[in-house]
Formats: sequence, C-alpha cells, structure tokens
Amino acid sequence: MAELTYRAAVARGIAQEMERDPNVVLIGEDVAAAGGVFKTTEGLFERFGPNRVRDTPISEEAIIGAIMGAAMNGLRPIGELMFSDFLATCWDIVANQIAKTRYMTGGQVALPLVIRTANGGGNRFGGQHAQSVENWAMAVPGLKVVAPSTPSDVIGLMAAAVRDPNPVVFFEHKKLFAAKQEVPEGEIVDRLGAATIRNPGSDVTIVALAAMVSVAEEAAVVLAASGVSAEVIDLRTLVPLDTKTLLESVSRTGRLVTVEENPRLCGWGAEITSIVVEEGFWHLDAPIVRVTTPHIPLPAAAELEDLAIPSSEQVVAAVQRME
Amino acid sequence: MTSASVDESTRLAMYRDMVRARDFEQRAYDLFLEGVVQGTTHLGLGQEAVAAGFAAAMRPTDMTFCTYRGHNHTLLRGAPMPALMGELAGRKTGICGGKGGSMHLTDVPNHAMGSYAIVGAHLPIAVGAAWAGVLRGTDQVSVCFFGDGATNIGAFHEAVNLAAVWKVPVVFVCENNLYMEYTPIGDVIAVEHPAADRASAYGLESIIVDGNDVEAVHDIAVETIERARRGEGPSLVEAKTYRHKGHSRADPGKYRPDDEVAAWLERDPLTISRRRLEADGVAGDTIDAIEAESMIEVDSATEATRNAPPPDPATLMTEVWADGGSEWRN
Ligand SMILES: Cc1ncc(C[n+]2csc(CCOP(=O)(O)OP(=O)(O)O)c2C)c(N)n1
Ligand SMILES: [Mg+2]
Repeated sequence: MAELTYRAAVARGIAQEMERDPNVVLIGEDVAAAGGVFKTTEGLFERFGPNRVRDTPISEEAIIGAIMGAAMNGLRPIGELMFSDFLATCWDIVANQIAKTRYMTGGQVALPLVIRTANGGGNRFGGQHAQSVENWAMAVPGLKVVAPSTPSDVIGLMAAAVRDPNPVVFFEHKKLFAAKQEVPEGEIVDRLGAATIRNPGSDVTIVALAAMVSVAEEAAVVLAASGVSAEVIDLRTLVPLDTKTLLESVSRTGRLVTVEENPRLCGWGAEITSIVVEEGFWHLDAPIVRVTTPHIPLPAAAELEDLAIPSSEQVVAAVQRME
Repeated sequence: MTSASVDESTRLAMYRDMVRARDFEQRAYDLFLEGVVQGTTHLGLGQEAVAAGFAAAMRPTDMTFCTYRGHNHTLLRGAPMPALMGELAGRKTGICGGKGGSMHLTDVPNHAMGSYAIVGAHLPIAVGAAWAGVLRGTDQVSVCFFGDGATNIGAFHEAVNLAAVWKVPVVFVCENNLYMEYTPIGDVIAVEHPAADRASAYGLESIIVDGNDVEAVHDIAVETIERARRGEGPSLVEAKTYRHKGHSRADPGKYRPDDEVAAWLERDPLTISRRRLEADGVAGDTIDAIEAESMIEVDSATEATRNAPPPDPATLMTEVWADGGSEWRN
C-alpha cells in the first residue's frame, strides 16, 4: 500500500493499460513531455515513447476526430481534452460522430475509445474552465459516462473504460487532483455501471458523484451527530446507471437527496428523481430534494463560486427540512 | 490526352465504374421521385470521374471517407449495389440495416469507412484512421473526399494541419463542384481555388486536377497515394468538377446559369472517357457491353429493393453498444 493522489492515479491507470495492450495510445495538448497541464500524464511519454504518447495542436475537433478514426482502425485510443468545457468545441465529433456511428452503420463500426477530461469547479477559474458538464454527455445516446471520486476508482474505472468496447467519456474532477488515498500495488480493474455505498445509513439516501461525494460524506457525519443516519451512494458512472443500488437504498431509507455539481436544469439528478418516482414511489416517505449548482454560469470569485457549488451545509439543511 | 501510365484494362475498369455509378444514381433519383427512396439523396451525377479515378488507384485495404454525396465512392470501393439501394429505400436489406440512410452509406468490409453528413467532420477521422495504420504497420492510406464548402469549416484546417505535422498517410480530395447547396464559391470563399490556394498554409503542394478526366484523376491518385504510402505525408488535391443535378432531392439547380450548366454537360466525364477509349481503338461493342451489364445490375438491384421488406422493428433498439443492445441501466 502506498499513498497515491488522484492526479497520480490517472497516470497510473493509463500506464497500467498501456503496459497491458500495445494498442492503447494517448494524445492531447501538452500530454507528452510536459506531463499534462494538471500533471495527470506525467511519466507516460518517457515510458511509452512518442508513438504512443503524443502532443497535438490546439485542435479539439482533430484530437477527438483522430481518436475516433484510430479506434475505427484497430487502436484503443485515449484522447485528452484539457478542460471539459472544451467539449463544446468538438461536440459534433462527440455527439454526432462518436456516439452514433455504431448505430447508424448497423453495427459495422466499433469505437473502443476514451475521452478524458478535467471537469468541475472549485478552482476559481470562471465560467469557461470550471463547469460540470457530465449531464451533457449523459444526454447523448451511445456514450458511456464515468466520473470517479477516489484515486483507487480512477485506476479501476480507467481500466474498465479503456477495456470497454464502446466510447467512454471519463470526467476527472479538478478539485480532487490533490486528494490522497492508500492504494494497493498491482493491477486494479473495476467495472462500469456499479455504484458504491460510501456510508451505509437508514434514514435518507444521498446520491452524489465525483467531488460531490465528499460533500455528501461530510454532510452524513454532521447528520449523524444529530441522530440522522444518512446513506451516501457514489454513482461513479452515469451511463450505465446502477439503478438497482439506488432503488434498493431508497426502499430502505424512504428519502432521497441528490447532490449535483452540474447546473440545475436537466442535471443527472433529474433523471434519478424520475426513475425513483416511477419505480420507487411507494417507498418514499417525503418529496425528493435536489441540491444542485443553480442554473447560472459559474462565477470566478471565491465567495461567489463557493455559494454556487453545493456544500455540505446545504445538504445537511436539505435533509433537515425533509419531513 | 491519354495517360501513359494507365493500361487499357484499368481504363475500361474505370469506365465501367463510372457507368455503374451513373446508372445507380440516376435510378436513385427516379426512385426518389417515385417515393421508393426515402428522405433525401445527394447525387454525385457528373462527379463520377473523381470516385472512379481514386478507387482504381487504391489497394483494397486503403480506406475511403466521404460525405453525404458519397453513393459513388461507396459503390466503387466494392459495396454491393442491392445493399446500397436497399439502404436508400430504408429496407431490411440495406447496408446499414436501414439505420443510416442515403447520407451514411458505410461498408467496412470493403474499407468504405463511412459517409459523413456534417460538413468537414470526417477529415480528422480519416487522419486518425491513417495514423492508426502507421502505428499498426498496415501500410494503409486514407483517402478523404469532401466538397469545396468544407474548406471553410474549422475541422478542415485542424485535420490538414494535424496530418501535415504528423506526416500521416492521407490524401484529402476536395471535389470542387463550384457550389455549396445554392451558394457559388465566389460568394463565400476568399480565394479562387478553395483547397489548392490553402495548401501552402500547411506546407503542402498546390494540386489542381481536371475532375472530369478520369485518367488525369487516376494519375494524381496514384502519385499522392504512393507518396503517402512511402511515408512522405498527406496531399491535398482539388478536383474541379460539376454536379449535373441539384444539391439534393429534387432540387432543379435553377441558381446556376444555363450556359454554365451547358458547358459542363459538354464535359461529361463519361462522354470524355468513352470518346477517348474509342479513339484509342477500343471496340464500340466492348463499351456497349459494359453499359448493358451495368443496366442489368441496376435493374436487378432495383427489383431486389422493391421486393425487400422494411427493417425488423426489433432492430430499433439494437447496436447502440458493442454488445448489440441499447441498455443504459441495470
Ligand atoms: C456543419 C454543417 N453545416 C451545414 C450543413 C448543411 N449542408 C449540407 S451540404 C451543404 C453544402 C456543402 O457544400 P460542399 O462542401 O461544397 O459539398 P457539395 O454538397 O457541393 O458536394 C450544406 C451547407 C451540414 N450538413 N453540416
Ligand atoms: Mg460543392
């Protein structure tokens, strides 16, 4: 066991897969010798060389288009988009090409690829470098969507994403890069579509993703002190969605709170809410509550950004207001 | 002018290809008017020499990427005609099972790697596929066809630049048919030659070819494809051509001056090729036989399509994922 940061886990997860399969390659802006602007790809260029770890021009359509073409012709490429906000610059390739091509060609084309991107706020970067856009990806049929919250999950879910024969959008959370955890040596391989119960509880289910998981966990600690037992579920992947774990939890607790960093409208919690209302309604003892970033662009100033992104205080207050 | 490098059997094969593409698309047009072909079509009638000249210069494993105006390219890489016709008509027999339609004809077994309906989107994809071939040592070249209009979209510039800096084996082929939908190139393109005048921006040679002369196209195809295969990087070819019909569906193309249309119809690539073959002593019977065989093939594909059932409703929910299904939850 060694202590590993989330940031270093990204490189370790990629290295594990590149070591295993020579068809795994990585391209993106400053990902090679520079090791990535977030230092998430450090050491990969030195270890795997310029054919497999490549810098690109600042051409997001070309980066993501090129990994699509490479996947069509036998590689298992990973493309890095420096910030998830930049998905908007290559959304055609992601949403119209990558997501749809298998279906539109009647299954002729397989696209085993991973789009890695730094998502989320908390770094005072402002509205174009801090958004949480996991719900954008979730809205497009044909994309798998992953957002790990711990270093160990980064490795295991990276392996699952690279090995998956479908396109995966892999959201790394900027606020979590420095987070540390004891992680065992050796290969770690997880699977997509399995949520994890981070904190078992019996009075309320709090569902969270990525950086919101620790917010929910902090809330659970505070709630416990006042005698409320909160179960915290880390969804880990939005597509496929582990509705079993979710519905089973709600059937025990009777209460549900979602904690979402994406802006309110059509955030992933709305889909979760709809599923629980349709399929778990008779287990509910109170209306579902969604705690989300408001429906605004994200501001830069610390005081404003902190107000915008859900906090453990907001989650605690939401639970305490429930009947 | 007769190209010294093209032997007679290749010239006949290219003529046959052009005739097949012509007959297939003319039939697609008729079937569209009849309501058998659904949705939309973008015909390459008049542009067959570009498709035939390149197809004849490619190895079977070389990859074609084309646009919605790609019936001819897909057919000439070897896609079975009944499956293409079936796709246009939304039948179960369609090459994509009816899920793609006219704008998405794809035949991976023959390395026709897709028809793309978002202008310019396939250029970076073609680059990536060619790059993968280099890493895997497959010796493949990507040939990527697009219109004059695509040279104004960002993906064109991103892709050509990336291909040039990575020295990727891809040949970009701009089919300059002088119009993008209803807009003539002079109204919206800052240079006279949409592709060729931009080549120098990426350190590439400026290449313009008569896109209605199949032998000239073939010559440039051989040269650029072999250059790519030798590891000397991409080329950007501008093939000047013209569409005989409107942009799509039943568009009569009235925005084009009559004398311009007449002049280009005079330069029909099939007429040019046939006259040249005859002048070089190929028997008229040989050429007539090629034309008759093509019509038989098109008639039979039409018959098969008319008799084909619609897609099985169960296929609505298949092939989103590699496991064949579309499930997004447990
Ligand atoms: C990104 C994008 N913008 C607009 C369109 C609509 N559109 C389809 S074809 C076309 C004209 C394209 O002209 P050109 O590239 O010259 O190709 P051509 O149709 O002449 O073969 C337009 C504007 C589109 N499909 N994709
Ligand atoms: Mg055009």
